[in-house]
Amino acid sequence: MIVDVFSMLLLIGGGAFVFIGGLGALRMPDFYTRLHAASLTDSMGMILVLSGVVLQAGFSLATLKLLVIFVFLMLTSPTATYALANAAHLAGLAPRLGGSDDTGAE
Amino acid sequence: MTALFAIFLLTLLVITAFGIVRATNLFVAVMLMGIFSLQIASIFFLLDAADVALTEAAVGAGISTVLFLGALALTGPEEPKRPHGRWLSLCVVSLTTLIVLYATFDKPRLGDPNAPVHQHVAPWYLENTPALIDIPNVVTAVLASFRGYDTLGEVFVIFTAGIGVMFVLGTPWSRLSDARTPLDEAKGLRHHLIPRVVGHLLVPFIVLFGLYVQFHGDFGPGGGFQAGALIAAGLILSALLDGERASLRVVPARWLFAMVALGPLIFSGVGLATVLLGGRFLDYSVLSADPVAGQHLGILLIEAGVGVTVVGVLVSIFHGFAAREQKN
Repeated sequence: MIVDVFSMLLLIGGGAFVFIGGLGALRMPDFYTRLHAASLTDSMGMILVLSGVVLQAGFSLATLKLLVIFVFLMLTSPTATYALANAAHLAGLAPRLGGSDDTGAE
Repeated sequence: MTALFAIFLLTLLVITAFGIVRATNLFVAVMLMGIFSLQIASIFFLLDAADVALTEAAVGAGISTVLFLGALALTGPEEPKRPHGRWLSLCVVSLTTLIVLYATFDKPRLGDPNAPVHQHVAPWYLENTPALIDIPNVVTAVLASFRGYDTLGEVFVIFTAGIGVMFVLGTPWSRLSDARTPLDEAKGLRHHLIPRVVGHLLVPFIVLFGLYVQFHGDFGPGGGFQAGALIAAGLILSALLDGERASLRVVPARWLFAMVALGPLIFSGVGLATVLLGGRFLDYSVLSADPVAGQHLGILLIEAGVGVTVVGVLVSIFHGFAAREQKN
């Protein structure tokens, strides 16, 4: 029962982070800030959602698989975000800095 | 709840499809195609078609995207403007859509147990798989044993497609097979430390997972096609990280082409062996004294053949694109 409540809270929290990430990806002014918002989805949102699901699964093979997925995503999604930002930087996309509106956003 | 999910995913699917059609930048279109594949894989999974979902995710979202990007590197990212003939295409597409919509009226409802597809041979397969083949995954039993001819055909299709693509690309043979040339330090992601480190960490696990999918295909979702795509993805990732030259040192082009041919050879070899042992073509029961053990052996062999061909074809196509790119 307590586990259920706890996992529900985690899932709702994760959902909220995913929602914020999506909102940020739509509303942020330039590529890097959007990427920053979107990376929230696969880091914090993923952590909370997977923890909630792990609590639901209990001690089973499913939990082990979820933990493997967890480690995999912890490795890949920050890397993907980094690779995207790095590629954009190398391609010459300058971040939009405060006040000036001459660069950055497409 | 499942219906709600399905409607949500299908809506996203239609939106993505419109996005693909509307995109004039081919790079965007390729990325959207990957998203499309991932969505349709989720829908397949929702419909309990785990094997198909795995294939779609590995091939559609993974390998095809890489191959499309390889093609884009050769052609350029912008769609050429074609002002004429648009009305004709619109007419053709609308007509086809109407015909397909009309055809769906005759389709049985989703999940209807009286639908012909559930009444024809499926009950027989479900009933007899435990006795005749004795593996938990009926999909593998159907694919590898009951309908072995179809799968043999598919393997030959992949084989032919691989040869065809290699001919079209006109890959310079010497460039692929000559591994003695010095490693090009500028190739690959040599300057990008983080993707390189993480990628190197992941490659062995991707290949390991591919082998698991290959040999666990009798018990869970998986089999040669999915495993082949996964292992190929691992090899392609390592080629992207270290440059094609380094990757061709690990798995030389000679091996890749041998693998392309080896799969159909194993598959038809098993078929011929069954004939020589006095059975019918691809009737694995005669491979061993115990018919069920014979079926297991046959399925293991032909799945291995399928996997080998898929890896060979996908990786050689990738190298074909990459070598072509270097030439230009």
